[in-house]
Amino acid sequence: MALDDRKSGFTFVGTRPDRPDGLDKVTGRAKFGADMSAPGMLHGAILRSPHAHARIVRIDTSKAEAHKYVKAVVTRADFAEVPFKPGLEGEFWNVLENVMAGEKALYDGHAVAAIAATSALAARDAVKLIEVEYEVLPHVTDVDKAMAPDAPVIREGAADYSVPEGVHPNVVRYHESGHGDVEAGFAEADLVIEDSFVTEATHQGYIEPHACLGQLGADGKGELWCTTQGHWIAQKTCAALLGIETSQLRVTASEIGGGFGGKTTVFIEPVALALSRKANRPVKIVMSRSEVFRATGPTASASMDVKIGMKKDGTITAAEGIFRLQGGAFPGAPGDMTAMCAFAPYNLTNVRQVGYDVMANRPKQAAYRAPGAPMGAFAVESVIDELCKKLDLDPIDVRLKNAAHEGTKASYGPTYEQIGLVESLEAAKAHQHYSAPLKPGQGRGISCGFWFNHGGETSVSLALSEDGSAQVMVGTPDIGGSRASMALMAAEVLGIPYENIRVTIADTATLGYNDVSHGSRVTYASGLATIKAAKHAVEKLCERAAAKWGIPVDAVKWENGCAVPSGPNAGDFDPLPLAEITANMGSTGGPISGHFEATPEGAGVSFGIHIVDAEVDPETGKTSVSRYTVIQDAGKAIHPAYVEGQYQGGAAQGIGWALNEEYIYGDDGRLQNSIFLDYRIPVASDLPMIDTVIVEVPNPGHPYGVRGVGETGIVPPLAAIANAVSHAAGVRMRQLPMSPPRILAALKQDG
Amino acid sequence: MSKFHVTTQVNGDEVEFLCDPRETLLDCLRDKLNLTGAKEGCGTGDCGACSVTVDGRLVCSCLMLGVEAEGKQIETVEGIADGDVLHPLQKKMIEYAALQCGICTPGILVAAKSLLEKNPNPTEEETRYWLAGNLCRCTGYDKIIRAVMDTAADLREAS
Amino acid sequence: MTGGQQVVEVDATTTGEILRELVRRYPQLQAPIDAGVSIAINGRIIASGLSEPVPEGAEVYLMQRLRGG
Repeated sequence: MALDDRKSGFTFVGTRPDRPDGLDKVTGRAKFGADMSAPGMLHGAILRSPHAHARIVRIDTSKAEAHKYVKAVVTRADFAEVPFKPGLEGEFWNVLENVMAGEKALYDGHAVAAIAATSALAARDAVKLIEVEYEVLPHVTDVDKAMAPDAPVIREGAADYSVPEGVHPNVVRYHESGHGDVEAGFAEADLVIEDSFVTEATHQGYIEPHACLGQLGADGKGELWCTTQGHWIAQKTCAALLGIETSQLRVTASEIGGGFGGKTTVFIEPVALALSRKANRPVKIVMSRSEVFRATGPTASASMDVKIGMKKDGTITAAEGIFRLQGGAFPGAPGDMTAMCAFAPYNLTNVRQVGYDVMANRPKQAAYRAPGAPMGAFAVESVIDELCKKLDLDPIDVRLKNAAHEGTKASYGPTYEQIGLVESLEAAKAHQHYSAPLKPGQGRGISCGFWFNHGGETSVSLALSEDGSAQVMVGTPDIGGSRASMALMAAEVLGIPYENIRVTIADTATLGYNDVSHGSRVTYASGLATIKAAKHAVEKLCERAAAKWGIPVDAVKWENGCAVPSGPNAGDFDPLPLAEITANMGSTGGPISGHFEATPEGAGVSFGIHIVDAEVDPETGKTSVSRYTVIQDAGKAIHPAYVEGQYQGGAAQGIGWALNEEYIYGDDGRLQNSIFLDYRIPVASDLPMIDTVIVEVPNPGHPYGVRGVGETGIVPPLAAIANAVSHAAGVRMRQLPMSPPRILAALKQDG
Repeated sequence: MSKFHVTTQVNGDEVEFLCDPRETLLDCLRDKLNLTGAKEGCGTGDCGACSVTVDGRLVCSCLMLGVEAEGKQIETVEGIADGDVLHPLQKKMIEYAALQCGICTPGILVAAKSLLEKNPNPTEEETRYWLAGNLCRCTGYDKIIRAVMDTAADLREAS
Repeated sequence: MTGGQQVVEVDATTTGEILRELVRRYPQLQAPIDAGVSIAINGRIIASGLSEPVPEGAEVYLMQRLRGG
């Protein structure tokens, strides 16, 4: 997209006003997914497989149907038969199969049947009356074991064109890319290190469980309220799974209590609609925390081999990585993303990367903040750290020496536009944290991180009111303060106060299609669309002023919220404020609105560097993070406080992933830690303050220079913390999480 | 199963409801009294999103039965503001951008208010340990801790 | 898939034309393109758009379709 309207001096952008939805959210009146009810509403409950892999021989729902409070029971037979196309092409089929099991239960927690009853308690009681006969099958949950020749096959024919012959059918997609000659590069190196790394699956851990309220009539018209990162994808998917027309289902996004990628698909929504269609009443379903862990979309687990060659001066001569990602019983593990991101920070002559997408008997993985990138960075940045240590080189200097910049051919292929890695590394090096002395027992680690960022389909509508205020309708749910960013950008264009703009998350019936709030795209894409929609409205404002003054429209420009004459022949008129034009817009041509619909393509990649100090208690193996600094390129921070918030949140989630969080499966293939007590995310007393530095190297693809900031912040922490822990404990940690037992074992092995 | 009649006080108002003996106080607040400010994040007392005070004591309302509320005084997030005047903690949470998605915010506010009533001058460590029962997945706690400590400082200055 | 060639030259003015031309010349590319590709033009990544203009002499790079969280 060509941008001829770059801007660098700002009035509103870059300030830190209160968020527009702040009052609702501090008083308890904001309506989240589970906060909605409807007259005559029933409550749904879902029966889930206790087996990791089992053929469903028979389902007997008669006792449940006979229960006096039960109004409907559904199984797979109650959903539309989506044309079966095995493999990657049939994503709707994959989602349906995940939402309600067909012939087989594919993981512990897989939905098998559901009921709707007159109360939540009755639903919980009655769901136990459904009888299911299973034929238990052999299962596999580990990525390396799932690729082994004797692994049970989860689904025949799921692999796509990319998988080489002779590979196990559980490998469903293969990626290979790179350039140069890695063997020649390794031969040039003074030191080559090759090592293997493992990370476990983690969960996004949003505090709000999935919740929805659905109503669907025999006429094929429906309403759905749900907590989601994208209500249009929910609309499209639910319509397909239920065999109704997309436009007949109106979906409203509730306030969303965190998503991080985990609420980019549907789980319970089609079930609520199917129950409602059968019962002829609205049906609400709210997941328990245990259901969230067992049956939504955790991240992939990974097994990785990385080999890097370096000269004595720190030049990387070659780099190679093999990344095997397990993404549950469906295609989709982001092995390709891991591979493409792993070496992206570096300017490499010789690089080769391979990614595998592997199925296992676990829940279908979903995106989690820069999906796939953190694992690869953990492996690569650990090896670079080890090389720096062995060659006695400064870790930031080495990264600066090899850093990608504008014009570098990226490890994943294309040539970089303007990027901010060098600036971020220089800011890291100059930060007082990096030169602060360490206390005895502490170790310091750093890591780079990269993420692509995304644009996506976007629609925004902006309408002016007679009194000169503006309403902006966007279609990307506000997860972290994006209403504030949209209002700031609209204010910047219109020249009216931030407070005079109301930003609404429109439902699917009142705005054109919008892609999900993911890929760090909201401030970039909805922001760009908001700016364009506001400019569209400004064009019309200028037309009205030109007509009033009787001069050509190109002799009018927009300045500080007013139409003003421009150019030598425009004439002499007083500035005409927005509110004076809108006051009588009904009689000067009608309502004034602005629109923008497109797929902005210019998201702009981003880089971050994290610096961590950690100490390890040799008695207990417990790690404490004593100091943490995030340095990341934001392009342009629209509302800096919420940019800092993204950096801090990404770091905190990374700390959890590095030190504590993991999916633990028993030999029976059942998830053993499906509550927050056992799956422990960081609490306030686990963390230090998280310092932030916002670097601003403008993205050429956005009018104000914005780069997405949501995801990159979770890429560096795993490696940065592993490097700090490895220095503090004196042993290289190759497996996450670095929980106390693993650290004790590593210390013991090291003697 | 027959239901129990419960009379209790919520945010200063006397209220009555009928509840199943298995229903939690959180279920009753949300489903019977339409006070949906307290959230269920876990149902096991681990996340604190359902925090309320009962007779002045901070509890997870998902761990207390509705029938146990008989004759108690319960305070929820809906009662923190004084009419249209926000409590200083509420103002600071917004000012500091100490919430992103906002789902943990009601619990954090109830817990932080309870902290400041007991300890008007908490250290950072005391604040972090007091709020350790309230999970936030978005913010990394940094801005929350700063907002609470800054509110404490303001309140000390004002008194 | 392109007879061993890593780099090919095609005449096209939009991203969609490039893909059509590639499939016409190398039918084996239909499967990967159907599975989803992103295209980089002079370094700018086009996630999915088929109507993006391609300047003459531009460096164009095909990648597996990008996804986000």
